[in-house]
This record gives sequence, C-alpha cells and structure tokens, in this order.
Amino acid sequence: MNTANIQLDRQGRLLHFLSMEGLSRRHLTEILDTAESLLGVAERRVKKLPTLHGKTVVNLFFEASTRTRTTFELAAKRLSADVLTLNIATSSAVKGESLLDTLRNIEAMQCDMFVVRHEQSGAAEFIARHVKPHIAVLNAGDGRHAHPTQAMLDVFTIRRHKPDFHQLQVAIVGDILHSRVARSLIHALNILDTPDIRVIAPRTLLPVDVEKLGVHVFHDPRAGLRDVDVIVMLRLQKERMEGALLPSEQEFFQRYGLTEERLALAKPDAIVMHPGPINRGVEIDSRVADGPRSVILEQVTNGIAARMAIMSITLGNHARPTGEAL
Amino acid sequence: MRDAEFLIEAMVVQLRELLARRGIAEPALVGIHTGGVWVAERLRQRLGLTTPLGQLDISFYRDDFSRIGVNPQVRPSELPFDVDGRHLVLVDDVLYTGRTIRAALNELFDYGRPASVLLAVLVDRGGRELPIEAHVAGSRLELPSDNHIRLTGPEPLQLLIQTAA
Repeated sequence: MNTANIQLDRQGRLLHFLSMEGLSRRHLTEILDTAESLLGVAERRVKKLPTLHGKTVVNLFFEASTRTRTTFELAAKRLSADVLTLNIATSSAVKGESLLDTLRNIEAMQCDMFVVRHEQSGAAEFIARHVKPHIAVLNAGDGRHAHPTQAMLDVFTIRRHKPDFHQLQVAIVGDILHSRVARSLIHALNILDTPDIRVIAPRTLLPVDVEKLGVHVFHDPRAGLRDVDVIVMLRLQKERMEGALLPSEQEFFQRYGLTEERLALAKPDAIVMHPGPINRGVEIDSRVADGPRSVILEQVTNGIAARMAIMSITLGNHARPTGEAL
Repeated sequence: MRDAEFLIEAMVVQLRELLARRGIAEPALVGIHTGGVWVAERLRQRLGLTTPLGQLDISFYRDDFSRIGVNPQVRPSELPFDVDGRHLVLVDDVLYTGRTIRAALNELFDYGRPASVLLAVLVDRGGRELPIEAHVAGSRLELPSDNHIRLTGPEPLQLLIQTAA
C-alpha cells in the first residue's frame, strides 16, 4: 500500500488523513498545535467557528459507531460545515449497490469531505484514490489497519499532561491483535520519538512480529507497568474475537485488568487512558476508570478538537491550489 | 528600521484622552496575534490597567480560508475576562485592508456582547477595503500597495518598512 503518497500533496502537505504511515513529526505537531488552539472554542458562549462555512462533510459509516461518529459530526458542526451521516451498513450496501456507485452518488451531491469507517482494511484509502480531487478523505477506522484520528486525540491528551515525548514510557495493554487504535497509536508515538513504548498482552492477542512496530513486549503487567507515565487500556473487542483466543473475560481481568493495585506499579503521576467504550470489570476496574488518574472523558473532549484540527488542515490544503505560495 | 516606542507614546496620549472623554475607567485590552499583542501589552502597562490582556488569533475567522487554508502557526485565543458589558480596546500593529479587524470583531462577539469596542493601531497605512477606521493610531501614512510594513519584537519593538525594489 502506498499510503504515504496519496495522503500528501507534492509539497508534503496533508490532503487526506488515512494512516500514520509516511507522516512526519512536523505533520503531527501542526495537528497538535492547531487542536490546542481549537480546544478553547468549547468554553465560549458561541461554540462555533466560521472556518468551514459553506462546506459539506459526509460521514460514511459502513460499520457501527457512536462515539467516533458523533464527535466527527460535532467537530464538523463546530467549524460551521453542513454534515450528513450515512449509515451504509443499513442502506445501499444491503440493496447491492457497489462502493464506487455509492461514492459517485454522494459526490454528485457536491460535498467536500468524506469521513469513512469501514470493516475492511484499506477502505478509506481506496475511496481517497477514487474521489474527485477536491474531496478530502479522513479515515475513521478501517478494519484492523488504522484509526489515525483516535491516535491523534490520544497523543494530544498525552501531550497536555506530559509535554515531552522524549521522556515518556507508555504502556498499551490488552487486545493489540485486533486493535487499529493500538497500531495507529504506536506509529504516532514512534513519530514523536517516544523512547519506551510497551505492549502488554497474552501471546494470543499480539500480532506476529509485533516487535517490528518498535515496541517492547511484555506478557506480565507486573513487569510491564512498572514506572510508566501513561497506561492505555484497550477495549476487549468481543465482536472481533474469533475462536478461543482467551479462556474467559474473568480470567482476562484477573491477569491483565487495570486495578488500583496494578496502577500503583506505574509512576505516581501516571495517567490512565482508554479509547472507549469501556468494559467495566473486563479490562479496567471501575475504581480506576472513574478515579483521579483517569483521563478517559478528557479524551472524548480532546477528540472533538483534534478532529476539528484535522478537518480544517486537510480542507485548507485542498483549498489552496498546489504550488501557490502562502 | 524604526524604533516603535515613540509611536506607542503617541497611542498612549490619544487613548488616555479618548477613554477620559468617554468616561471609561478600566477597559480591557485585546491584542491581535502577534504584533497586536506586543503593542497591547505596552499600552496596558503604560495606562496602568489591571485587567489581564486578551489575545486573539483570528486564523479560523479569516475570509481567505478557501485560498490559503489554516495558518500552521495558529495560537489559542484567550480572553481572561467576561466580555459581556465590558468596554474593549482592540489593538493591532498595522491597519491596512480592515479584513483582520472584521475577523477579530466577529470572533469577539462569539465570546459575548461588549459594551463598546475601540480600535487602536500602531500604524494606519491606508488602503482600506472595508468600512473600518481606527480611533487611535500611533501614525497615519499612505503607503503604496507594493510596500510591506512589519513589526518585529517584542524587545525592542521595531517597524520594518520595505519598499518595492
């Protein structure tokens, strides 16, 4: 897959946001700085900016989602775009319309951005390769491949608590195998030069060659959580679980679930993150999820600002004809 | 290169007189990033105002998003006071087309309904494209459109005027 090319223009600016692969520290920093400027908008009387006034954003959701879809909708609305959400899983796909036909029909409605979630890896990139050149495509999760806007809101949340990535020890715990969140987050942390990224999981929930992603592998949380600054718990993806990868949810909680005792192994000011929705008592204990170190709800708030940043940057780069100086 | 401090001095005199005439004792100053913030901080100190400085980055309010996109160096806007019912002084370094001020006014009103807004600029260089005028200007001059004028700072504040070669 030549993702690096299609999401950047010839000057290396973001046209689409499909995957962390091929992005540089400069791209991520620009998104993070822009998100920081957008965070305050939610505190004002008018929680809206005129930036994307007159633009139309279409959410194409081929796979169910509540949080991601609503935060994308809200992000687009807070930038004054018009937003349309299509749950394709329940409409044209059922009637046998092909993906390209669906695309052509929506394009004919004069829209400017597609936000795509699909159960197939590579779907958003496929769409980016086939849309008209003025349309920006954002990947809102494709199969097991990537969920780059989630990774951006995660590193944004980390940076607001721990500004220096060069010092950080980050542990990602749970179902790495099925997690596009983990994959994108590991890439993002590596791009930002995080020296110590750990994954903690049973062998059955780790991809083959996981070390090649640039992580340290632990099977025992007692060793893996020691002195970390950030703990990212992943959701146990019950709907993606094929066959007997785990004995039971209870046993998973006993061995890997984040309890107050395990949290005590991390640094005293460590933060606890989770992309949601959380399975209480499966990957995380309620006392930790609702406790003082949890930034899980902050992640939701930050997700709106991060998505506003990505939307305004990619559409802004489309607006500017290639090669024209600032 | 010109030292801008004497222009600040001229602004202080005009602004003090104008505020007295209007009976405004404690206005809030709002600087537009980046030069306007430097000028506003100088004015705030010279006028002995205690209200913290407001800062606006109008990047998301510009009327040329569809030509130039988002400024990659955007900073957060911050108004650390209640805008409702307050007398504001909007401060910028150079007043030219008036488009920046249009954007800044739109942004201000998304924070609340001020009692009044005055406009104070270091240099009014003419060339307006919108019905916007400054109440206070450190200097007023008519520059040809191919001239560039830029404030460098914050220490020292200096005006850089580049004429077309």
